[in-house]
Formats: sequence, structure tokens, C-alpha cells
Amino acid sequence: MSVLLATHGLCKSFGALTVTDDVSLELRTGECHALIGPNGAGKTSFVNQLSGLLAPDSGRIEFLGQDITNSSPAARANAGLARTFQITSIIPTMTLFENVALAAQARCGSSYRFFRPVHKDRQINALAGEALERIALTSRNDKLARTLSHGEKRALELAMAIAQKPRALLLDEPMAGIGSDESGQLTDTLLMLKQDYPLLLIEHDMDAVFKVADRVSVLVYGRIIASGTPDEIRANREARTAYLGDET
Amino acid sequence: MRAAAPALVAFMFLAAMPLLAEFWGGSYVTGLIMRAMILAIAALSLDLLIGTCGLVSFGHAAFLGIGAYTAGIAITEGTTDLATILGITIGISVLFALVTGAISLRTHGVTFIMITLAFGQMLFFTFSALSEYGGDDGLTLWERAYAYGLFEFEHGLFYTIFGLLVAIWLLLDRLRQSRFGRVLLAAKENSTRMETLGYGVFGYRLTAYVIAGVIAGIAGALTANEAEFVSPALSAWQRSGDLIIVVVLGGVGRRSGPVLGALAFVVLEEGLSSLTHDWRLIFGPLLIFIVLFAKGGLASLFERRQA
Repeated sequence: MSVLLATHGLCKSFGALTVTDDVSLELRTGECHALIGPNGAGKTSFVNQLSGLLAPDSGRIEFLGQDITNSSPAARANAGLARTFQITSIIPTMTLFENVALAAQARCGSSYRFFRPVHKDRQINALAGEALERIALTSRNDKLARTLSHGEKRALELAMAIAQKPRALLLDEPMAGIGSDESGQLTDTLLMLKQDYPLLLIEHDMDAVFKVADRVSVLVYGRIIASGTPDEIRANREARTAYLGDET
Repeated sequence: MRAAAPALVAFMFLAAMPLLAEFWGGSYVTGLIMRAMILAIAALSLDLLIGTCGLVSFGHAAFLGIGAYTAGIAITEGTTDLATILGITIGISVLFALVTGAISLRTHGVTFIMITLAFGQMLFFTFSALSEYGGDDGLTLWERAYAYGLFEFEHGLFYTIFGLLVAIWLLLDRLRQSRFGRVLLAAKENSTRMETLGYGVFGYRLTAYVIAGVIAGIAGALTANEAEFVSPALSAWQRSGDLIIVVVLGGVGRRSGPVLGALAFVVLEEGLSSLTHDWRLIFGPLLIFIVLFAKGGLASLFERRQA
């Protein structure tokens, strides 16, 4: 298993608040690496640094052997690093299908094309259709994204990420706000995604994490306090007091 | 198709205008309509920024000034060839758009409005300072550009403007539905998401800004030929404001919006100013009325009636 994505001594502070404290973390091919931690531990800030929305103060980020610490978000996405957002981030005024097609379009050659109608673009539509089929959202393609239910929006984000044909996926709390009835289905989707993409999974839902993840790292106050297999983390005292709660 | 229908009806009406003017109004009416068509071209280009990109430029009239002064100065200096004039206009518009766009597109919202306004005013004062070419008073042209005999025909200029209007409308209509257009429309809603999907939003917006600038530049060159007069007022902030009003009046981001807005604006301006010198006193409330009760402007009124 080779290392796809790695951070080396990543640090980030907002004033006196340290959100990322010397974080070195690896994502290898074929694995699901879960990052867990209490609210405010700096998980989303960490993903934002990986995807380029936030610049780290120091440290390095490597993806596919390239230093991407100073690359733009778009460059990282085009290199194959796709992400989803904890707070659903879609184009509300476009249809479900158009949202996925937008993600696919970035993988179908130049978008500096000014004349051919994009809704008839077979290459884009085929790639978007494929992604939608895998996430099983095919029934309501022409619905405006803003009218979708919360669960559907979460699924739409995953479909968009797949349509990007990524080399690695950063999933920022894909289960956020999902009811227990839907979470089982979403866990199955994550297991399916894991077959094809290395996943860096940030999640609060411990059932899902322990079912899907091969490795778990615990982030507290911006610092990784424990890292290991799900069983090791379950047994780790420090991790339990910090996050899992002693009663488990 | 439905959304395009009002524009297509307007085009048929415009095409027949010189004929209709034979019976009523004559060259006064054709002149008025030519002005409306040029305004429509400029408004179409501004709506590419406002409607498609969500960028409210308050300095778009700068490009009208660039086109008009390029034509004015070229003709005064004896270069009357239309292709040359348009070529220079396009070149300068591209340059001005690249420089001002590269700076202003790094800002958002009100800052973008203010910075485009500042660039527009810079150009306005530059034109005012061209004492060799009329300065504040403007520049009267003694002839029109030479368009290979086209303008010598009766209504040659009219149909040249008409042809350009239809061509530019078609071009921008296609652009809106292209890959490029979809990226712009999506970035208007959520540019962060577009970045993380792999789109360098800045580059797309700058390209759109250049396209809009070139089209407005062409409208400026046409203005000079139609009015045979060029003045700094063409690029003043009031003119940029008029362009925004036209876009809002017609319907922001609507396929037929800028064309309907421009026709309505010119007709209202002419009609109301013949009633009273303070015509804006009536025009203002009317605009508020339309914005309040027809959110999508005039275009939405037509669309609703059809639905």
C-alpha cells in the first residue's frame, strides 16, 4: 500500500486558537482512514487545508508524490483530490443532474467552449449518469437541488464527488444530520465507495466509522492523540476519555 | 423557446421599422430605434456580467466610451475603414478589460461595484481631457466610417446595427447554454464549490468580462457612427447606471430581457421627456413599480402571459 496523501507537521492557528497542531497523517491506497474527534477539534479546518480552502501556517501536504501545499483548490481537484462538505455545498438553482454534470464536466476536457449546448454533451451526461447510478439517485434527475430532502442532498454530494473521477476522496461528515433510518443505507454506500476510492472519512457516527474504517485517528484540540486500527482505538484509554466517553 | 419569443417578436418588429417609419415618423423614428438597438447591444453585454456571472459592474459605459472615441478619433484623423476601426476598438477593449478585470474581479459585492465605477470615471476624465478631440464639449464627426458602401444604402446603417444586434443576441444566447455558460452560472451561486470541483473561477469570469467589454466597445463604435458625435458623457457613471436600469427593467438574466429593456427605456425616455423636462421624476417611480411587481422585469411579464 503506497501513500497517496500525506501531511507533514501541518500547523494552523487563528490568533491564539490552534486548530491544527503538528498534524502528520497519511492516506494509503485502498484504505479508509477515519478522522474522529469532538466538536471544535479542528477536523473541518484540517480538510479545508487539504482541499486548499485554508492555507496552513507551516507544514507540507503531499498528494501523489507532489507537494500541493501551495496549490489552488481547483488544481488539487484536477489532480484527483475530491471532497464533500459537512454543510451541504451544491448549486441550489440547478437540477440534481446538472449538479452532477458540473462535477463531471471538469473531467471532460476544457470548459472554455462557448457554443455547443452543454445539456446535449454526451461525454458529460454519460459520466454524470454513471455517478448517479452508483449513488442510486436516478429517480429525480430534473428536480432542483434546493428542493431535495436533506438526505438526498447528502447523497448528491457523494455523486458529485464520484463524477469527479477522483484518486482520493475527502468526506467531511457525510452522515451529518442524517436520521438513523438513512444512516444504515449511507454506511453501505461508504463501504461501496471504499472498494474504488481511498477515503479520508471525517465522521461523528461511530457505528459507521468502526464498520468502514481500516484506520482511525483521534483529533483533539488540533492534535492527533491516537492512531490505529478501530479495535486499538476502542481499547485506547486516552481516546476513550477524550472522545468516545468512558461508559463504552 | 418560450423565453426567447419576446426577443424574436421584437426583432421582427425592428426589421420592419424602416418600412413603418415611411408612414410615420421617418428618420426621427429610425434614429430612435437605432439608438435603442445600440443600447440593447450594450445591455446584452452587461447582462452577461450581471445575469450570468452575478457581477454588477457600475463602469460598463467605459467600454462605450472606448468604442466611441476610437471611432471618433480614427475618423477625425482620416482612418474611416470600418474593419480597421472595429479592430482597434476590440483590441483596446480587450486590453482595458484585462487590466481592469484582473484587478476588480479580485473583489466582490459592493467593492466590485465601486472599483468598476472608479475605472469608468477614470476613463470619463481621460476623455474629458482630450482637448484636441473636443474635451468636455465632445467631438463632432463630419462623416461616418466607410463600410464598403454599406452605409451609403438607404437604411444601410440601420440594418448593420440590426444585424449585429441579432448576431450578438444569438452568440450570447448560445454562450449561456454552453459549457462556459454553465460554469459561470454555477459560480454565481457557489464559487467555492466550483473551485473545489476543479474550476479556476477567476479565469472564467475574466474571460466573460473581456467578452462583455468587447461587445460594449462595438456598441460604442456604432454610437459614434449613428450620432456622428462623441462625448465624454458616454462613459460617465450616469450612463453605466442607465445600462443597469435597462438590464433590470428588461429582466436580469432573461433571454429577452436586455432587448425589451432597451426598447422600453428609449421609448420611455423619449416619450416622457417630450412631456416634461423632469422626465426622470416619472421614470423613477415607474422603475420602482416594475421592480416591485415584476421581479423578472418586462421579460417575465411576457413569459407569464404565455404560460
